[in-house]
Amino acid sequence: MQRRVIFDNKLLPYLLLAPQVAVTLVFFIWPAAQAIWQSVHIQDAFGLRSEFVWFENFEVILRDPNYIETLKTTAIFSVSVTVLSLGVALLLAVLADSKIKGARAYKTLLIWPYALAPAVAAVLWMFIFNPEIGSLGQLLNRLGLDWDYRLNGTQAMIMVILAASWKQVAYNFIFFLAGLQAIPRSVMEAASIDGAGPVRRFWTITFPLLSPTTFFLLVVDMVYAFFETFGTIHALTHGGPGKSTETLIFRVYQDGVVNNDLGASSAQSVILMVIVIALTAVQFRFVERKVHYA
Amino acid sequence: MTASHTTGGRRLIDLVPHIVLIVGVLIFAFPIYVTLIGSTWDSATIGRGNLPLIPGGEAFNNYSQAWSESHGARASYTPVRVMVLNSLVMALAIALGKIAISILSAYAVAFFRFPFRMAFFWMIFITLMLPVEVRIIPTYKVVADLGLIDSYAGLTIPLIASATATLLFRQFFLTIPDELVEAARIDGAGAVRFFLDVVLPLSKTNIAALFVILFIYGWNQYLWPLLITNSADMETIVIGITKMIGTGEAANDWNLIMATTVLAMLPPVAVVVFMQRWFVKGLVDSEK
Repeated sequence: MQRRVIFDNKLLPYLLLAPQVAVTLVFFIWPAAQAIWQSVHIQDAFGLRSEFVWFENFEVILRDPNYIETLKTTAIFSVSVTVLSLGVALLLAVLADSKIKGARAYKTLLIWPYALAPAVAAVLWMFIFNPEIGSLGQLLNRLGLDWDYRLNGTQAMIMVILAASWKQVAYNFIFFLAGLQAIPRSVMEAASIDGAGPVRRFWTITFPLLSPTTFFLLVVDMVYAFFETFGTIHALTHGGPGKSTETLIFRVYQDGVVNNDLGASSAQSVILMVIVIALTAVQFRFVERKVHYA
Repeated sequence: MTASHTTGGRRLIDLVPHIVLIVGVLIFAFPIYVTLIGSTWDSATIGRGNLPLIPGGEAFNNYSQAWSESHGARASYTPVRVMVLNSLVMALAIALGKIAISILSAYAVAFFRFPFRMAFFWMIFITLMLPVEVRIIPTYKVVADLGLIDSYAGLTIPLIASATATLLFRQFFLTIPDELVEAARIDGAGAVRFFLDVVLPLSKTNIAALFVILFIYGWNQYLWPLLITNSADMETIVIGITKMIGTGEAANDWNLIMATTVLAMLPPVAVVVFMQRWFVKGLVDSEK
């Protein structure tokens, strides 16, 4: 879209753009270019010389069984978080959108967890599920479950998945509500008159009409699980025990910041960039299709 | 509809949504409740793992100690008043900075035609695909080279370029009718006048909605402040909590940790609850 009438200053538009362009160049484009450059070079031990090595860094990473393990962990983690937070949010949104008493109060009481930082959500879960101080953590132990997510990898994974999903439900809930409100009442009423029960109405009308929202949230939740849950994992398990909760983003941090291995960390950054670009591309295709429908 | 309400079986089924929603609300409220209660007891009670479900009498002590003192019974911490100030500066600088630079660049792209206009637009657009997490190490190096480690500038400026805010403003600017621009030009108003007198007032709703979202975004930052701040004076409150917890042993100043957690949640939750309308609008609009 273009506007017909415009201002014709020569210098002003550049001045207006300058702050954003400067920040973008210095803190986005330049570092991203560096990551790409470093990912195809190997530095000597003193950081004095670097040699162009094509895709050797990538080969090393992708041959590393540890990295493949991290990929698997990330896949299990993100799919679980996405499915769990979408499912719960959809259930709650459909119920809160029906004409029941106190719908407004329910809505307010369900959207505020959006405000919590992922790390804070993790800390809240720790207060409850810590085997020593947490009430539910102790309860699980008394039930003979041998609960300690600090020692048991599977339990650690369950903890980070639950804490990360718990925080994301509110976000999905808000978007599902907005999607539900856009469904014409007349369609639902017509189905009602034809004798369709609530469950049938959900599967034949609500769910298909919500699919653009669901698809959009699917992408957003994947991005959330990939990147923003760094705080959840860092606060709760530090990727452990062992490497059982180490996701891709946690590993970039671990290799780059803690172990100071620039080549490996840059190559991993580039792999992450490719993932984000793919997810964003998928999302934009969907946006186009939504415009098409409307 | 009226007939169905007369039968008892129907009434029971009508209760199901309430039961599910109440369970949902409880699942979200319970951890917060436990934390609130925990912040009113002493650390020994919490550490033994038998935290009661009713408030204790230590609330005042815990909060005043966490707020102003730099050490608990077992370790030393950054006082909450320092961390809250840091978080507040970070959240406000990110929110206001993002809004300011985005509205200016969106105005340039929407209301002017100049060489390389689309190149600039795409450059801003690309930042959508470069979240800070995928370029942490090189961005950290840039900030270190500029000598901005442990400074508010280093904490905030790298995060204030935002494609979403720019795209949102641009989208909105394109709905401002050409006639309005025409009229302003006939009245002799230049681009700057038009921006200040027409565009800015019209954008008030969008600015408010974006502010809510960006404030929460800024307040909740984790990875970036973790890298950029080394000194205790620069710690933000979200980072502060996890540093206080350490490895999560039973012997911790849990009372202070829980009080700090409550104080860390308060500002963003208050913003969401009291500005709910702006918040929902901001969220749904900026993600479209």
